[in-house]
Order: sequence, then structure tokens, then C-alpha cells
Amino acid sequence: MAEIRTRIRPFLLVVTALLGVLPPATAEERVVARLSQSQVAITTNFSGSEIFVYGAVRREAPIPAGELDAIIAITGPSTPVLVRRKEQRYGIWINGPGVQIDAAPSFYAVAATRPLREILSFTEDMRHRVGIEELIRLIDAPEWLQDDRAAYRDAVVRLRRADGLYYERPDGVLLSEATLFETTIALPANLVEGDYRARILLLRNKQVIDVYDEIIPVQKVGLERFLFDLSRSDPAIYGIASVLMALFAGWMASALFRYFLP
Amino acid sequence: MSVYLPIAEVSVNALLILGMGGIIGVLSGLFGVGGGFLMTPLLILIGIPPAVAVATGSNQIAAASFSGLLGHWRRKTVDVKMGMVMLVGGVLGSAIGVQIFAVLLEIGQVELVVSLLYVVFLGTVGGLMLWESLRAMRRVRRGTARRRQRHNWMHGLPFRMRFRQSNLYISVIPPFAVGALVGVLAAVMGVGGGFIMVPAMIYLLGMATSVVVGTSLFQILFVAAFTTLAHAITNQSVDALLAILLIVGGVLGAQVGAQLGPRLRAEQLRILLALLVLGVCLQLAYDLLRLPDEMFVLERVDG
Repeated sequence: MAEIRTRIRPFLLVVTALLGVLPPATAEERVVARLSQSQVAITTNFSGSEIFVYGAVRREAPIPAGELDAIIAITGPSTPVLVRRKEQRYGIWINGPGVQIDAAPSFYAVAATRPLREILSFTEDMRHRVGIEELIRLIDAPEWLQDDRAAYRDAVVRLRRADGLYYERPDGVLLSEATLFETTIALPANLVEGDYRARILLLRNKQVIDVYDEIIPVQKVGLERFLFDLSRSDPAIYGIASVLMALFAGWMASALFRYFLP
Repeated sequence: MSVYLPIAEVSVNALLILGMGGIIGVLSGLFGVGGGFLMTPLLILIGIPPAVAVATGSNQIAAASFSGLLGHWRRKTVDVKMGMVMLVGGVLGSAIGVQIFAVLLEIGQVELVVSLLYVVFLGTVGGLMLWESLRAMRRVRRGTARRRQRHNWMHGLPFRMRFRQSNLYISVIPPFAVGALVGVLAAVMGVGGGFIMVPAMIYLLGMATSVVVGTSLFQILFVAAFTTLAHAITNQSVDALLAILLIVGGVLGAQVGAQLGPRLRAEQLRILLALLVLGVCLQLAYDLLRLPDEMFVLERVDG
């Protein structure tokens, strides 16, 4: 099934692009939204953060037929990641050759009014890249991997889920009166820096009718920023400073204890 | 109280790290070993990336060994000449070790090689220590004094030098080689190497026992400082914030351990250390042999 999807993808993309040109029947409904934070600062005592997302549906006309749904997704910067499968050699388990996943989001959280499959059509998922399967790209897989690509891709999702970096909350969005919606997305403490993307998709009859898009920059600040930058720009100075700090601490400890416990 | 580590890019509980540093500090004060061989596996266990654990471990070892060295310096139990010879070997070994580590990072086998080295060295050292301690205890009971063999194959080697404080007149090659080996291990395993060097100095070189710990701390200090610097430059994996937490816990613990040491009985203490070393070794060996719970691992790709 996954293979067929990959093969017909270019064709579907053309079709969906053409359809997108036509004015959608329900263009009268628009998303108006706010996030509780427009940026996230990683300070020394950063222990995760919560982003409260809320908003409403603006209409010029009476509510159309069909059930209204909303999906709220926050994704971290996509980076390549190396996946290795353990192999048994000479009785011990060692890391096998690595497979580079071309891009996988460093963070992925999605909340919706109902499970994604019930409210989002297949083509719309591909077009807007909402589901996690759409966000993990494995393009130049080595020859020997052809039958096994899914296992490596699934491993990224499984391991990052276990670390709390990927999660889905199918009933995480509260929608009232088919107009007001809200959710809270928790960002874990082990975030990486970069531009995070928050999206709100409004859906009716499995079709996306409007999208709200906002970038949330996540950055180290203060001491974190200083140490990280120094370690990259002047590694020699950083190293010498680390050693001097260690020597000073060692001397301090020795001196203090001699003073208090002669 | 959580702290976000800028280089490791993970958030950890500061009290947990302080406590870890403290407990290992107590052990190092008690046994005169740096405790790096326990620190690195523990850091990896709580989720610090192995590269950061190894590099930051060296930084912590520099602080702990300097603190210990100051005490020995005041008591004049450091053979500086012997320390210098071992140090030349150590710096060379460390430079090689950091390069080996960079290659291991590249091919994704850091975990495997570090675990294997731990199993081999901890197993050997722990086993020997246990054996020695048990024999010594039996001797004490029988009341016979221990005789150390003073002449072996090493005494046929060239470049002999007099080491007054160690009470030795031997070739510089064995101490140089011991220093170099410890340097490589320090860089690859993130250890000070005291747990290998101290037995090697006593049983292999036959140094006077009184100067062994001070001289080993002298060598460890410089090798750890050099390794920290080399890791910071080559792998950019020293986390200064993590190091501070470990150091504060470690130096306090070391002083507590040093106060505690004389009140406990030496031979029993050594058996305890031997059992601890063997325990860590068996755990690591078991992890290599058993069927892993998770068959896949993820690695960061930089740049």
C-alpha cells in the first residue's frame, strides 16, 4: 500500500494542485487564531513550555452543512537523522550500517477534534503534509533497503514518541458551537533550537477549507546562548575556560576543606 | 530543579547530577580513583549523549584530580620526574585517542567500543584487585609479610633513569607506555585511568606505594586537561554547565570520602571497590549479549 502511494504521489499532487486553483465551495469560512506565545526562549532553567492556541471561525454566511473539524499541529525544524539497526555479530549486539532519513521533524505534536483519518482525506493529508508519515522523507535509500524502508521510518517515529518528541491527541481540540476552538500543546524540555511551525487547519467533509500558519522561533538565550556560541565559534577558548574552571573548582574545594576541617 | 544543558541539548535534574557527582566523589576520596569509570556510564544512562558524557567527564576529572593532587603535593608524595615521563606518553596517547574517538563517532560505533573497553578493563582490574585483596587478607591472618618481586624483564630495557622518590632505577619505556595507554583510554572512555595506572605502577613498575596515588593524580590532571581541550576543539562536545554541576558535587564528595577513608579498614575497602568494578563490568557485558529491547538507534547528523 505504501509503495502504491509513493508511485502515484506525483500524479495526485498535480491533480490536487489543479483543484486548488478552483474556488472552493466553502471559502466563506476563515480561521482567526492566536497563540499564547509568539516565541520560546530556552533559558538555563527551561523545563518545557505550553502553548495555548485559541481562535474562532469567521463567517459571512449561515453555517454550511457537514461537520466542522479542526487540526492544530506544531512541528519543529526538519533535519536529517541517521538510523541504525542492531545486528548480532560474534554473539554481541552492534550497530549496523546507518540509513540516513533525509528529513524528519525534530518535534511533532498534533491535536484534533477527532482522529485524523476520520476528518482528513488522503489527498488533503498529502497536500498539506499533516500526518507524521508525510513529514518523514527517505529519498536516497540504499539498494539493500528497498523492502525495509518502512521499518526504518517507523523506528524514527517510535523512538521519538518514546522521548515525548512526537505525539498525537485525536480529541485534543475543543470546538464549541462550531465556532470557537482551543487546545494546549506542551513542548518538552529536550527541545532543539529553530523555527517551529504552528498550523491550524479548518476542515469540512474531509476537505481543508482554511489554514492559519505561524512561525514560533525557539532559541537559547542568556548563558545557554553564550556557551553554545562560544563552543562553536572559539572552541579553543571554550576548552581552556572549561579547564581553568575545573582547576579553580578543585583548588577552591581543597582550600575550603582545609579551612573548615584542618 | 531542572537545568537545560546547552551542548547536550537535554534538560536534566540539577540535584540528580549534583548527587551523582557527590556519590562518585565519595568513592574517589575513599579509594583514590577518579571515578570516571562510573561517571561516564551513569551519564549515558540518564540520557546524556555518549560524546558529551565522555568529553565532559574529562573536565570533571581535571577538577577532582587537581583537588586531590594539592593534598598530596603538600605531603610531598608526588614523584614529579616519574609523573613527567608518564605525562609525555599520556599527552601523546590522548591526542591519538581523541582522533580514534572522532572516527568512532563517524562510523557510529562509539557505544560498542566504549562498552567493550569497559568490559575488558573493568573485568581485568576488578578481578585482579579482588584476587590481590583476598590473598592479602589471608596473609595478614597468617602473619606473613608480602614480598614484591623487584626484578623482571623490564630491567633489561634501555634508557634507564633514576626516580629517587619512587625508589627506582628503571628504563623510561615502561612508564612512558603505561602513560600512553592511559592517555588513549582517557580520551576514548572518558576516564582518568587511575584504576589502571595505580595497579600498573605498583605491580608492573614496582613503585614505592606512598607516591603512587599522588603521581598518578599528577599525570591524570594534565591528561584530563589536555583531553578536555582536545574534545572541545575536535568534537565540540564539552558541556560546561554539566561539568560545573558534576564538579561541585564531586569535589564536596571527594573531601567527605577522604575524611571517611582512614576510619574504614583498607583491605575490606579494596574488596568493596573490586566488587563494585566487577558489578559495573557484568552489567555492561550483559547489555552487549542480551536481545535489545529496541532494535534501532537514532543519531544526530550535524551540518
